[in-house]
Amino acid sequence: MTPITVLISVDSNSILLGAREFANYMKDLIKEFNLDPIVTVLETVSLGSYNGVVIHVLPDDVYYSVKSKEQVRKIVEEHLLKGRQVWDLMVNKELIRPAEKFEVKEVRIVTRNIGVIDPRNIEEYIARDGYFALSKALQMKPDEVIEEIKKSGLRGRGGAGFPTGLKWEFTAKAKADQKYIVCNADEGEPGTFKDRLIMEGDPHTVIEGMIIAGYAVGATKGYIYIRGEYYNSVENLRKAIQDAYEYGFLGENILGSGFSFDLTVRLGAGAYICGEETALLESIEGKSGRPRLKPPYPPQVGLFGKPTVINNVETIANVPQIILNGADWYKSIGTPNSPGTKVFCLVGDVNRRGMVELPMGVTVRQVLYGFGGGVRGGRELKMVQTGGLAGTFIGLDKLDTPLDYDSMKNHGVSLGSGVILAIDDSHCVVDIALNVMEFFRHESCGKCTPCREGTRIACEILERMTKFEGTAEDLDYLRKIAEVTADTSFCGLGQSINVPLLSLIDNFREEFLEHIEKTCRANVCKAVLKKPKVQTK
Amino acid sequence: MAVCETHKELYKELDEFIEKVKDKPGILIAVLHKAQEIFGWLPQEVQEYIAEKLGLPVSEVHGVVTFYNFFATKPKGKNQIKICLGTACYVKGADRVMERFLEELGVQAEEVTPDGLFSVHPVRCLGACSMAPVVLVGEKDFYGKVTPDMVSKIIAAYRRGGRNE
Repeated sequence: MTPITVLISVDSNSILLGAREFANYMKDLIKEFNLDPIVTVLETVSLGSYNGVVIHVLPDDVYYSVKSKEQVRKIVEEHLLKGRQVWDLMVNKELIRPAEKFEVKEVRIVTRNIGVIDPRNIEEYIARDGYFALSKALQMKPDEVIEEIKKSGLRGRGGAGFPTGLKWEFTAKAKADQKYIVCNADEGEPGTFKDRLIMEGDPHTVIEGMIIAGYAVGATKGYIYIRGEYYNSVENLRKAIQDAYEYGFLGENILGSGFSFDLTVRLGAGAYICGEETALLESIEGKSGRPRLKPPYPPQVGLFGKPTVINNVETIANVPQIILNGADWYKSIGTPNSPGTKVFCLVGDVNRRGMVELPMGVTVRQVLYGFGGGVRGGRELKMVQTGGLAGTFIGLDKLDTPLDYDSMKNHGVSLGSGVILAIDDSHCVVDIALNVMEFFRHESCGKCTPCREGTRIACEILERMTKFEGTAEDLDYLRKIAEVTADTSFCGLGQSINVPLLSLIDNFREEFLEHIEKTCRANVCKAVLKKPKVQTK
Repeated sequence: MAVCETHKELYKELDEFIEKVKDKPGILIAVLHKAQEIFGWLPQEVQEYIAEKLGLPVSEVHGVVTFYNFFATKPKGKNQIKICLGTACYVKGADRVMERFLEELGVQAEEVTPDGLFSVHPVRCLGACSMAPVVLVGEKDFYGKVTPDMVSKIIAAYRRGGRNE
């Protein structure tokens, strides 16, 4: 252990700012100045600000944000070598961790290790109580573990919000010679990158949660199904799994308990539909990812026809902390019906974009202005989309809605995967609607007619509207298409297209009508300009 | 099929991988990942070869290949320029970035430039939304907060051979 530790964020967002080069350059400089006996450089993952690469110097507890190699050099020469803090590169701690000033306190359960430990070092995880929950769970009876999760009220963080404990119980009760745990890491919801940062920044927490789930339901094999595009996450997870095997947390007879568990990473190949749980199972089986008819549900008939638990990354990452601290502790956070925290991804036209973990029940406004620092460039906020692409578009009147699993039912604002996308007044509602529907049209797997044709027709209507060729009948027809597609589609993809579409039409009807009158208040749509048709496979 | 020397090497590499994993259930997608890594894309012959090796109907292999975006049935450019058109990027002007790339390279989406150096692919969310709009060249070179004016510089860098000019 050296007297000085430097944490530098090397996550997929920071890498875009040159974090990898900066980290290597810093290590070279430290060698050059013979500082290695007193300085350790650790690569970690940052959560907050992405205006520069965040460098955290300990024990001084100073945060820097750097944009160039020269600035890295300055920090090494001044701070590390001479002990003088570099004021002009320093950033206020509250910019990195805005919680202190913020009226809603940040609560870090899922993200507690992110930015704090080196995700490639299992010992750092262990030092932060890592795998302690596993050893505690292995001393409990499997049904006691399930009971604890049920009591905690943990619900699926992928969007649907199904009670996790119940899912586990169904799987535990199913009789079979083999059961599986599957972690759904096929994060493809536009605007969402929480799972990616969790897996990059704290992969062991996911692994530990899966082993506990396996013990609870009697499964001995697990799969993490992850997007092929998430290189850093895949790398960190593979390294973490390898280390967990070496330390005896995976494999035969874990910690002498007699319980065995194997874990494999499977890569997806670019299909949004594979985030749907049964399509994901098909894909792990090596087939095209087309959803299955439900029931039977995966807890009865899942992967390779065997009972299977499928949980989202964020859900699983909650499990170790619940086992460690107890269900009552967990229930004390959040709201009665939606205990715990939610990781929000704040994107779009805001001053600070990034990821933040807050208790359930926080309002859209609190996240947007408290954490995000408001709309950028002095423009006016026009609308916010919550919950991902299949989530709701809301106007300014609904900003004070508390976000939890009941907000959709009570207020028509979806929580979904936790995305909050701010859209300012330079954007056109109809154009946004077209972009959303083009995504669904492209990702529709084509298995069922309503979704395949419904998304296509909706795109055609919206495209006409952006060219000022739409009529009042078109608008009514669009609404009907959305409803029929949602009512008759085979799986969750088609069933959810009415949510964004109807919320747009209902909350911003005026703007749709304006397009029929051939005006676009944002000046995005023009009668002559034809959008180049982007054809994809 | 005429197998030239270089291809022989490539098939050998694929064989070695298949040999290692062929008993695992549902391994087809992993094999296709590997094959595309080796060959750059998945020609008909390679698909037939894999089908035979894994004892699957060719139709099934072809079905899987065409289902997933990631697998290519046409050769791609040496540098594949992937432009995220997810909502967060779209809101930040990804469509204008896309247009500029197509304009500068004089191609349509998914088409390879005559010199074989570039192809442009619209893709779904790349999961780096706080850096929107995002462009990915190849598999690992990410560019964040891309504006249309940055496009010619990005292209020029790859004409010279890589990101770090």
